[in-house]
Amino acid sequence: MKRIQGDNIAKHYGKGEAMVFAVKEATFTIEAGEFVAVMGESGSGKSTLLSILGGLNSPTSGKLMIDDIDVYALGQEERADFRRESIGFVFQNFNLIPYLTLAENVMLPMATLKGSRKRKRDAALHALNMVGLSEKAERLPSQISGGEQERVAIARAIVNEPPIILADEPTGNLDSKTGKDIMGLLGALNDYGTTIIMVTHNPEYAEDAQRVLRVSDGVLK
Amino acid sequence: MTLRDIAVSNLRRRKAKALFVLAGLFIGVSTVVLLLSLVQAMKQNINHKLEMYGANILILPKTENLSLTYGGLSLGGVSFEMQEIKEAELDNIKNIKNAVNIAAVGPMLLSPITVGDKRILIAGVDFQAFQMLRPWWSVKGALPDEEGALLGADAARILGLTTGNSFKVNNKEIRITGVLETTGSQDDGIIFAPLAMTQELLGKKGRISMAEVAALCTGCPIPEMVQQISDVLPGANVMAIQQVVKGRMETLNQFEKFSYGVSALVLLVGSLMVLVTMMGSVRERTVEIGIFRAMGFRKSHIIQIILLEAAIISGIAGILGYLAGFSGTKLLIPFFAEGHGAMVPFNPVMAAAAFLLAIFVGLGSSAYPAFMASRLDPNEALRAL
Ligand SMILES: Nc1ncnc2c1ncn2[C@@H]1O[C@H](COP(=O)(O)OP(=O)(O)O)[C@@H](O)[C@H]1O
Ligand SMILES: [Mg+2]
Repeated sequence: MKRIQGDNIAKHYGKGEAMVFAVKEATFTIEAGEFVAVMGESGSGKSTLLSILGGLNSPTSGKLMIDDIDVYALGQEERADFRRESIGFVFQNFNLIPYLTLAENVMLPMATLKGSRKRKRDAALHALNMVGLSEKAERLPSQISGGEQERVAIARAIVNEPPIILADEPTGNLDSKTGKDIMGLLGALNDYGTTIIMVTHNPEYAEDAQRVLRVSDGVLK
Repeated sequence: MTLRDIAVSNLRRRKAKALFVLAGLFIGVSTVVLLLSLVQAMKQNINHKLEMYGANILILPKTENLSLTYGGLSLGGVSFEMQEIKEAELDNIKNIKNAVNIAAVGPMLLSPITVGDKRILIAGVDFQAFQMLRPWWSVKGALPDEEGALLGADAARILGLTTGNSFKVNNKEIRITGVLETTGSQDDGIIFAPLAMTQELLGKKGRISMAEVAALCTGCPIPEMVQQISDVLPGANVMAIQQVVKGRMETLNQFEKFSYGVSALVLLVGSLMVLVTMMGSVRERTVEIGIFRAMGFRKSHIIQIILLEAAIISGIAGILGYLAGFSGTKLLIPFFAEGHGAMVPFNPVMAAAAFLLAIFVGLGSSAYPAFMASRLDPNEALRAL
C-alpha cells in the first residue's frame, strides 16, 4: 500500500531573471488506491508535479514521502530502484522504443531484473493481453495505431505491477472513442487497487476520477 | 529481455553508426597487426639466415668501392671486376690466437665466363671446406673431385644442362657431376668447380677473389677473430657477416619503432572516430535514455548498455582487423623479405592481443560517451522530445 504525501513541495527552473516557478508550496496527501485527476492550464505545472511524484525530478524544496520513504533523500541509484518497483509511467507521447517489438517494449522495465527470458516474456504477454494487444506482440510500434501505442505504454507501465501509475495526458493525442477505452483500462487497474494519478484536460475523463486536483500557476487547489 | 538484448537490437537498428565505429577500430587494428607482423616476419627471416649461414667471416680484397652480395645477404651491389688475394696468404689464418675456433676456411675464385651464349659466374671452391660453409646444400648427383662442376639450380635451368652433361669453357670440356637444389641464395645462379681447376682455366694460379671462414662455435669472439685475421692479412678486408646482419636488424628495429608510431597514430584516429560517433549516438538517444531511467534503469545500467554495444562492435572489429592484417602481411611479405623462407605463421598471441586491443580501444573511447549518457537528467531527457 502506498500513501503519497507532499509537504511544502516547490520547484523552480532556471536562475535569476529567467527563473520559472513551476510548482509552489504544494502540500497534499493521496491515499493508496485513489484515482486522482490533475487538471490545469497548459504551463501550470502539472507535468512538473507528476515528475516529482514519480521520483524523476528533484524539488527545489519540500519533501515527498511515499509510505515511509523520503523519496528525494534516496541516492540516485536507489531512486531508480524505487521507480522500477513502485512507479509506472505512461507518457503523453507513448515513448515506445522504435526498434523493439511491442513485447520487448513491455519487457523493458524487467530488463534490469533477474529471471528467465521466458518468465519475463510471459509477464509481458500477460500485460499485453490485459490491454487487448497480445496478438500484435511481435510488431514494431510503427506498425500499430496511436491508440494501440498508448495501450502498449500502459502495458509497459503495469508489467511490474507497480502500486502507483502516473499518466501524463494519456488521452491527449487520441480520438474520443480510443480515449474512453484508455480511461476504462485505467479504471480497471484502479479497481485492482492501483493508485492512479492522471493529468488530463478533458473534464469528462476527470469525472471518472474520485478526486480532482486543480493546478493554477503552480499552486494546488 | 536483458540489457544485452537492448544493446544488440540497437546495433541492428543503427547499422550505419555501428559500421562507422567498426570501420574506425578495424582500420586501427588491421594496421597495427599488419605492421607488427611484418616486423615479426622480417625478424624471423633474418634470424633464419643467421642460423643458416655457415660462414661467419668474409675475407675480401681491399678495394675502394667494392660492394657485393652473397649468401642472400646484401653487402651492397655486385662488382666482380675485383682485385685478388694470394691463396697462400690464407695459411696465415692458421696462426691466429683463436685458430682453434676456425672450422673451415673456404677460398673462392669468382669470375664471369661464357657458356654457349650465356654469361654466367663460375666459382672455384674447395668443396671440402664448402661442406662446412654450406651445411644446407643438397646435391643431386655428386660433388666434383679434381675435375667437373656443380651447377646451381638456376644456372642448370638457364643453361639447360643437368647431371652427366658437359659444357665447354676456353676449349676445356667440363662434366657436370651434380646440380644443387634451390637454396634461395645467390648460389643458385653459379657454377661451382674445384678451385685448382678453375684457377688454371682462368689463368689465375694461386689467386682467389675472396674467402669465407666458418667459426666453430656459438658465441665465438667474432669481432676479435676479425681483428686477428685482419692483422695477418693486411691486404684484405675482413668482416663479420653476423655484424652485417645485425646492422640490418638495427634498420629493422628502426622500422619497428616507426611502426609503433604509425600504429599509435592510426589507433588514435580510430578511437576519435569511435568517440565522436558514440557521442552522436548518445545525443540521438537522449529520449530513449530518459525512458530507460524513468523505468528504473540505474545509471550503471545505461553505462552497461552503451559499453556492451561498444564491446560487441569492438570484438567484431578485432577479429576482422586481425584477419585483414594477417592476410595483408602474407601478401606483402615477399616484397619485404629476401629469399625464401619468409613465413607468416598464425600467431595466437598476436590474434588475442589484436582482439583485446580492439576491445580496449573501443571501450576506452566509449567510456566518456557512456558516462555522459548516464548523467543525463531523466526529466530533462524526456522533455527533449
Ligand atoms: N525542465 C524545465 N526547464 C525549464 N523550465 C521548465 C522545465 N519544465 C517545465 N518548465 C516550465 O515550468 C512551467 C510548468 O511546466 P509544466 O510542468 O510542463 O506544465 P504543464 O504540464 O502543466 O503544461 C512552464 O512554464 C514550463 O515552461
Ligand atoms: Mg504537461
